[in-house]
This record gives sequence, C-alpha cells and structure tokens, in this order.
Amino acid sequence: MAGVSDGLLLWGALLLPFGLLLVAAAAASMSAALGDAAAGRPVTGLTLVQPVQEAARLLVVRRRRTVHPDALLWRVGGGTLFLTAVLAAAVVPIGQTPVVRYEAGVVWFNAAETLLWAALWLTGWGANSALGLVGGYRFLAQALAYELPMMLALITAALGAGSLDVVQVAAAQDGLWFVVWMPVAFVVFLIAALGFSFWGPFSHPVGADAAGGVLAELSGVDRLVVLIGRYAWLAAAAGMSVPLFLGGGAGPLLPSWLWWLAKTLAVLALLVWARWRWPVVRVDRFEEIAWVVLLPAVLLQTLVVSLVVI
Amino acid sequence: MLEVILAVALGILAVAAGVAVFVVDSMARATYSLLLSFIAVAGELVLLGSAYLGVLTVLMMTVEMAVMGVFMIMYMMNPAGLMPMSMVHNKRGALSIAIGAFVVLGAGALLVPWPAREGEPPAELTRAIGESLMGEHMLAMIVIGVALLATMISGVLLATARGRYDRYGDDLARERPTDPVAGGVGR
Repeated sequence: MAGVSDGLLLWGALLLPFGLLLVAAAAASMSAALGDAAAGRPVTGLTLVQPVQEAARLLVVRRRRTVHPDALLWRVGGGTLFLTAVLAAAVVPIGQTPVVRYEAGVVWFNAAETLLWAALWLTGWGANSALGLVGGYRFLAQALAYELPMMLALITAALGAGSLDVVQVAAAQDGLWFVVWMPVAFVVFLIAALGFSFWGPFSHPVGADAAGGVLAELSGVDRLVVLIGRYAWLAAAAGMSVPLFLGGGAGPLLPSWLWWLAKTLAVLALLVWARWRWPVVRVDRFEEIAWVVLLPAVLLQTLVVSLVVI
Repeated sequence: MLEVILAVALGILAVAAGVAVFVVDSMARATYSLLLSFIAVAGELVLLGSAYLGVLTVLMMTVEMAVMGVFMIMYMMNPAGLMPMSMVHNKRGALSIAIGAFVVLGAGALLVPWPAREGEPPAELTRAIGESLMGEHMLAMIVIGVALLATMISGVLLATARGRYDRYGDDLARERPTDPVAGGVGR
C-alpha cells in the first residue's frame, strides 16, 4: 500500500492494544488517586489498583436490560471507542517509529477521532433510553464545538513542519518545540482532547444531570468497554500531543521512546487533573465559547505560523 | 495478493452495506449502514494509494452521517423502526433507473478501451493533490469557498426565528440580550 511504509506494522499491531491499555490504566489510576485525595481519603497503593477492582467488578456484574434496545448499534457504538483509539494511536511515533507510518498521519488521527461522533451517538441511541439519547445529542453538539478548532490546531502543527506525516512533524521540532511558538494550538488541542474523551469539564454528555447520559443504561461488561475506550482515547490524545507539539522523542541521555513515554504521561496527568480541577461546562455554553473565542484564537495562531513559515 | 483480497472484501462490504440502507427498518441503522458503506469505499481509496483522500473520506462522511442522522430522525415519522417503514418509494421506477444506470456504467467500464498508463504517480500524492487543487485553481477554490460560506450564513439567517431586534430590543438598546438559552461568553 502506498502511503504506508516502514512502520513496526506486524509486531506493533499485535502489541499496540495492550500498550494502549497500560497507559489507559495509568490514567484511570491517576484519576482514582486524585479522586481519593479530593475526597480527603488517604491515597495508598490500594487506590492505584482501584481501576482493576472496578474492572473485575464490572466483568462479573450482570447486565441490566432495557426495553427494546437496538443491541447491535449499542454494542457497535461501545466497541468502536477502543477500536478507534487503537487506530489513532497507530500513527503516533513511539519514540521515533509509529506502528503505521502514514503519509497523512495527522488526518488519519483526525478521521479516527470523528468516528467517535458515530460511536458516542450510537451508544446513546442503542439503549432506547431518553437519557442515553440526550447524552448522545449532547456529544454531537460538543463535537461541533471542538472539532473545527481542533482541526485548525492539527493543521497548524502540520503547517509548521510542512508535512502531514506525524514522524516528520516530530522531526521538524529539532531546535524548537512547537509548543513554544504555537501555544494556542497546543491548548486548543488539549481542550479538544478533553472534549472528545468527554472527560472532566467536557463530560456533559455523561453528565450527572442526565443520570449519566450516554453511560446511563450501560452496565456490566458494556460499561467496562466504554470506560476503557474513554481512557484509551485520553491516552491516545496525550500520546499524539507529544509528536505534534512537544518535540516527539527528543531529549538528552534517555532513549527516545522513554522520553516520549515520560512526556505522554505528563500530558495525561494534566488531562486527568483537569477533571478534578474544573467543573463541567454545559454544552450550550461551550458551543459559544468554542466558536467565538477558540476558533478566532486558533485561526490567528495559524496565521502567525503561516507568516513565519513563508 | 493481500491487496486484491482486501479490495474485493471491501468492495463486497461497500455494496452489502449500501443494500442494507434500503433493507433495514430504522433510520439509525440506515444512516450508519450508509456510513459503513462509505468507510469501505474509503478503504478502497487507501488501497489505491490515495493516502490523504482515503482518510479524508472517512473524516467527512462520519461527521456528515452523524449530523445527518440527527435530522433524519428529527423529520421521519418513524425514527426507531417501531413501525414498519420503507426507505424505498416508487419501487418500479427506482428499480428500473437503478438497473439501467448500473448496466450503462458497467458496460462503459468493460467496453471502453482504457488508455495505457503514461508516466508514474508522483512520490508525494498528498502534495500533488494539494498543488493541483490550490495551485492553478486557487482563485476558483477561494470563490467557491466564499460562496459556500455566504450561502450557509444566509441559510441560517433565513431559518432563524430570532434576529437582533428580538435579542436587543426594538432600538437595540439592551445591554445584554434576552436569549432563551444563554451562551458561554455572556453577550
């Protein structure tokens, strides 16, 4: 296949889901620790394995049924979350080499992210529950808000490197990390990452005011699959932010994959921390903020980068 | 060999999902069958070496179908397939047009003497597409872009029930607009 070359294709494709699961589990542990700290409970080693306990619990818990669910779409929607996270992570260079080196890797990542629009809506729709559907519609509205600013943020990084190939974007930051002269694009990307992971301030689609929204009717293993998909997307977003804005695997002494991992975990910690730091933003409010503030800001950023590149 | 198998499999998937659009009895299933069909076509594009166009097709179609699904369900009387419904109207006419178009296009594909390939595809296809679109036809593209944007803005303006006089009062003197749903910026 043209456009796909010299990645770690075979072994990488086999190991990638497990690697992603590990980083996702790290995110879940961090969140558990921050949650316990916020609640005033002591954070112990047991806190860190809370996600594993919760996963085991969800595995044995019996599924709750709803009346006339569209089970096919419901399951497809839930499963798509983790699948697309793996697809997105496939083009992220782990150190220097991604699992799939793709000529238009930046757009690939974006395309995998848009599949979340379908996944979340289907998960909300499938249960045949009004609350789930409300959550699904909320996610679509939220996606309409963050998508364009995020696309421009991605384009800005690609513009700075003169390539849509993520490896070349990372390589172009040899002297200066993009975050230094594209701070707005970086922040917008992080906001969008919280948005498409429906996490923290942007968890309105699963908001408590809608009894859990998309998650309302999910139980047992179905719920586990969706939650894993969500943490996996947080991990994939953090992993992608490193080659886009933080110099990829560049760093002294240590091997490049270790630098990539360290930076990824740092960004991931920031994203997880955001959940315990900021309240939920209602979608109708975020809509205006995104179109009136974020979009012009990131457009200006793109303009600045275009002028510098020329 | 692997590519041929993949191409055939994706082709069958595209056609089967396309047929499913008209067979299933729920708007949600019809919408997302159509999306599956488009994604299979995008896979064919990737196989053909159009790295950029392939993923772009997935991106555009997913967003489009997700938004379209909302409207389909909003306007259909039978959104969830709770009552029998059909995606096909004027069955005989539609069938004859479809079969006629298929025969004409299929015959064309088989009977036209295709020219042999001259030259090689460029090394960086994405760049080549960008240059052919944005190089010589830059002016046309920009004009089309502005025209589309103007159409969208006028469409929204025509559709919206509330204008600035509703929001800011007859003499536009209100400090803060009276909106049924307040925005996030506080205008």
